[in-house]
Amino acid sequence: MNIIRTRGHKVFLVFNYILLFLMAALCIFPILHVLALSMSTSAAASSGKVVIFPVDFNLNSYRYVIENNAFVRAFGISVLRVALGVPINMLMTILAAYPLSRSKSQFRAKGIFTWFFIITILYGGGLIPWYMIIRETGLLNSIWALVIPGAVPVFNVILLINFFRGIPGELEEAAYMDGAGHGRILWSIFLPLSIPTLATVTLFSLLGHWNAWFDGLILMNDTSKYPLQSYMQTIVISRDPTTLTVRDLELLKIINERTTKSAQLFIAMIPIICIYPFLQRYFTTGLVLGGIKG
Amino acid sequence: MKTKQREKWRRELPLYLMLLPPVLIMVVYAYGPMVGNVIAFQKFLPGKGLFGSEWIGLTNFTYIFGMPNIVSVIRNTVFIAFMKMIAGIIVPVTVALLLNEVVHSSFKRTVQTIIYLPYFLSWVILSGILITILSPSEGIVNQFLGYLGIRPVFFLGDEKIFPFTTVITDVWKNFGFGTIVYLSALTSIDPNLYEAAVIDGAGRWQQTWHITLPGISTTIILLTVLSTGNILNAGFEQIFNLYSPMVYSTGDIIDTLVYRMGIDNYQYGPATAVGMMKSLVALLFIAASNKAAEKAAGYRVF
Repeated sequence: MNIIRTRGHKVFLVFNYILLFLMAALCIFPILHVLALSMSTSAAASSGKVVIFPVDFNLNSYRYVIENNAFVRAFGISVLRVALGVPINMLMTILAAYPLSRSKSQFRAKGIFTWFFIITILYGGGLIPWYMIIRETGLLNSIWALVIPGAVPVFNVILLINFFRGIPGELEEAAYMDGAGHGRILWSIFLPLSIPTLATVTLFSLLGHWNAWFDGLILMNDTSKYPLQSYMQTIVISRDPTTLTVRDLELLKIINERTTKSAQLFIAMIPIICIYPFLQRYFTTGLVLGGIKG
Repeated sequence: MKTKQREKWRRELPLYLMLLPPVLIMVVYAYGPMVGNVIAFQKFLPGKGLFGSEWIGLTNFTYIFGMPNIVSVIRNTVFIAFMKMIAGIIVPVTVALLLNEVVHSSFKRTVQTIIYLPYFLSWVILSGILITILSPSEGIVNQFLGYLGIRPVFFLGDEKIFPFTTVITDVWKNFGFGTIVYLSALTSIDPNLYEAAVIDGAGRWQQTWHITLPGISTTIILLTVLSTGNILNAGFEQIFNLYSPMVYSTGDIIDTLVYRMGIDNYQYGPATAVGMMKSLVALLFIAASNKAAEKAAGYRVF
């Protein structure tokens, strides 16, 4: 691009850098502040001395949190949920995307099935019927309630269909001539070629499962079955005493300290921060690939 | 001829088998709830099941429109959703344009990396952070305002401020994502256009106005169309975690009302009726805006 540096432009550039710096600071500051709180003493935290560096550095709040069985159990349930949910999401995404990426002549019912999936994005059944169906199918209060109802992520299916469509037809024809069936073509040609897209979709699904909290909150009867984010919602945010056990209440005094709260928030963020470099890299690629065109 | 037909079926059979599991799941958990909308016309009792409960016609609907708070809830929903939609276009487009002017690529990359982070955190975590920093007594934001001589602001407890808190914090979570999308649209603009414009004597503002903005207009339209379906989605996950009875008058939205009616108070019929109307309105909006986008920019989303 042509850069003509007039005086006005220089002034603009300086302001631009300052403005963008402030924007970035606004995004990162709250997180650093919470991290600093979690590593300070309660006294320092409630007297307002902490900004972005810990005051009277210590890791006591982390010790409380890790010794708190409820927190650890909830963390474990979240890990289990991810371990079950992500592979199932992936399997369903692939199984739906491959047939729908075929040409009309290869798969005559393609149009009908594509609409079958699109309609579910356009019209949702709503909270109560959704809850009732899950109840009727006997999933309430089981880990499967968090995995099965959302097993087919339609957005991911569309993304993968769009990628599959871009794979050159010659490859497939050659394989077909050699006598390969659809299963074979999918397994040995399509999947190996789609690894970046599959990585994107895996990340979407991972993120979705880790961050989900609402389903856990209403589909599980007691807090001991809550995944981490639902647990956090109940303990850290709503503090609804009716859902807590006596032991929870005892812990609450410690847990509700600003420092312990902050430590819990930060621990729940750690997995996201760990996969953040990948999220950043693949998310945009995924969006460009997806194009969101039905 | 007949064998050819049979051969075709044989070729298609594995495709049907692949589709079977996802289709089954969708039939039960996506189409099931749609059928479950019949609850809206029933005096629904969970024990009696979807078709065993008493049918009561439109009673649930008349009940809803007789509720004293229904008008304010709809107004709150549309107001908050609309503000979020507008801010959700203006802020990311602006930031993308500003970032595009940055010469130092490492600065640009760092800013991108940082502003994108909140997008990936759940509203539970973000609300936990917000409640901590916005607290009127201990929060750092009010401490800072205190230094400036401003009295504590009840960001989450003042009914006049709450809707704006939700809009601003929603932008905080999502503008990084929008910025990245618009930035990638910006990179696809042909650089020759700018050179030609410079030769024609166009200044920076004119370049932005006549080349850059038209260049990303398809993306803006696409994202706007997708978001109009959300006109009644004021952001349940966010508001549920941030609101309290103190701010119901301006912060209670359709989804939080449905939640309290259906899950807290077991008013299944009326809650379903509200949800159903919401879904129908959303469908209408998507269809209409899709048509509008097709007319305006020749772009069909669906």
